[in-house]
Amino acid sequence: MILTRRKALQVGAAGAGGLLLSGCDALNDSAPFKDGLADVGRLHELTQRAIIGDSLAREFTEADMSPVFKANGSLRVPDPAYRALLSGGFAQWALRVDGLVHHPLALPLTALQAMQQRIQITRHDCVEGWSAIGKWQGPQLGAILSQAGLMPGARYVVFHCADKLEGKPFYESIDLVEAFHPQTILAWRMNDAPLTEPHGAPIRLRVERQLGYKQAKYIMRIELRESLAGLYGGRGGFWEDNRGYQWWAGI
Amino acid sequence: MDQHFPPADDLTQPRGGDFVRRHALATRLWHWTNVLCILVMLMSGLMILNAHPRLYWGHYGSEHDTAWLVLAALEDTAFPGWMTIPSNYSLADARLWHFAFAWLLVLAFTGYLIWGLVRGHIRRRLHITRTEWSPRHILHDIAEHARLRFPTGPAAINYNVLQKLAYGGVLFVLLPTIILTGLAMSPALDAAWPWLVDLFGGRQSARSIHFLAAGGLVLFFLVHIIMVVLAGPINEVRSMLTGWYRLPQDKEDPA
Repeated sequence: MILTRRKALQVGAAGAGGLLLSGCDALNDSAPFKDGLADVGRLHELTQRAIIGDSLAREFTEADMSPVFKANGSLRVPDPAYRALLSGGFAQWALRVDGLVHHPLALPLTALQAMQQRIQITRHDCVEGWSAIGKWQGPQLGAILSQAGLMPGARYVVFHCADKLEGKPFYESIDLVEAFHPQTILAWRMNDAPLTEPHGAPIRLRVERQLGYKQAKYIMRIELRESLAGLYGGRGGFWEDNRGYQWWAGI
Repeated sequence: MDQHFPPADDLTQPRGGDFVRRHALATRLWHWTNVLCILVMLMSGLMILNAHPRLYWGHYGSEHDTAWLVLAALEDTAFPGWMTIPSNYSLADARLWHFAFAWLLVLAFTGYLIWGLVRGHIRRRLHITRTEWSPRHILHDIAEHARLRFPTGPAAINYNVLQKLAYGGVLFVLLPTIILTGLAMSPALDAAWPWLVDLFGGRQSARSIHFLAAGGLVLFFLVHIIMVVLAGPINEVRSMLTGWYRLPQDKEDPA
């Protein structure tokens, strides 16, 4: 068989393409390689932390708001205890703050509403690529944590939520830098109305320099921890544990 | 690394068939780094786009808003597995690949740009002279290319104006645009550098321009490959591997 140059090129190109694809999938299935990718990816966290300092996320005007703010993730919480709270207007609900704090708290919605409020119109960026601009109102998370009094070992703020995905409890976590950022609030109000169930009633986190999957909804309990290890999958959140998303969601 | 090119009437000047040093080591290293990075980032980027295959202008945009480009319905897959990394749907894994190789792309780009400017390489090889900018000259080159008549002999030592426009466009337009629009999609960096996202008219605009710049790179890649094949793939690939390029001979001149 005579292998013409054209034929050789065709075979070569097809072979290279096939090798590339199967090679990439093989690498993608290799834990050490993926850990390596994640390690290089962590450089984004290090550089971004150094660059962003205490900068504030852009705040928009009412004219800039999305006509419809897309709800994502859990849209309904079937848990009977949650449904009872919802039908009672969350009058029986209280946010628990515990873990590495001096004064564990149980804050009813009225207490959160009575605290100093922050109102901000910000852009919400989903990891999938879309964005929506909405108006949020609630107390600063930092004020609540100060009220509880952090113990010296506290490093992470974990949000335990009422919803489940794939049968697993939803949770998320941030560090103290983002927790005490002035725009980090527990929003009970959205677009001038109480938070609806699809958007996370009674309260959701707004941590404005991070992607949407960090903005935990249906928050029932806030736990201060020294480490994320030993909690569920140990990666600091449902999406991190179950999909491999990065804990640092600044990019 | 750069060759000193003698004036045109010099008898020692290389002729068609001679080997000349064509590509500096830095250029060759950068070229093959780009092949790897752009291929991986394009394929992982298409997987990322699969997560929401709609593009918008402005600051916001979701399925409730008007998209200027809908690549697929949200429940469908815009780009099939053979085009994406990984081939099975995983936004998280595609992001790992994309963001890791982004470092390599940006470091190689910055390194090459600094090297090329400091060493005068970019001025010598890519600078487009006033004569070359003349529409007549450009139209002439386009006509010659359209007839598949490429420069031979000493005229092939330097890049022609179409090559300079293509390579300069990648170096000074497409790559800076794709890097900056990539950074402008980061909510953390947008807080630190609001001017960056304003430069492109909002995060969704930045995402759209990121996609268009990627399309520009694909277009460059296709034309580049076609030209390499037409101009003699073995000589071209050898020159990008070893640096040595055999000057094409005139068809009428069997020397």
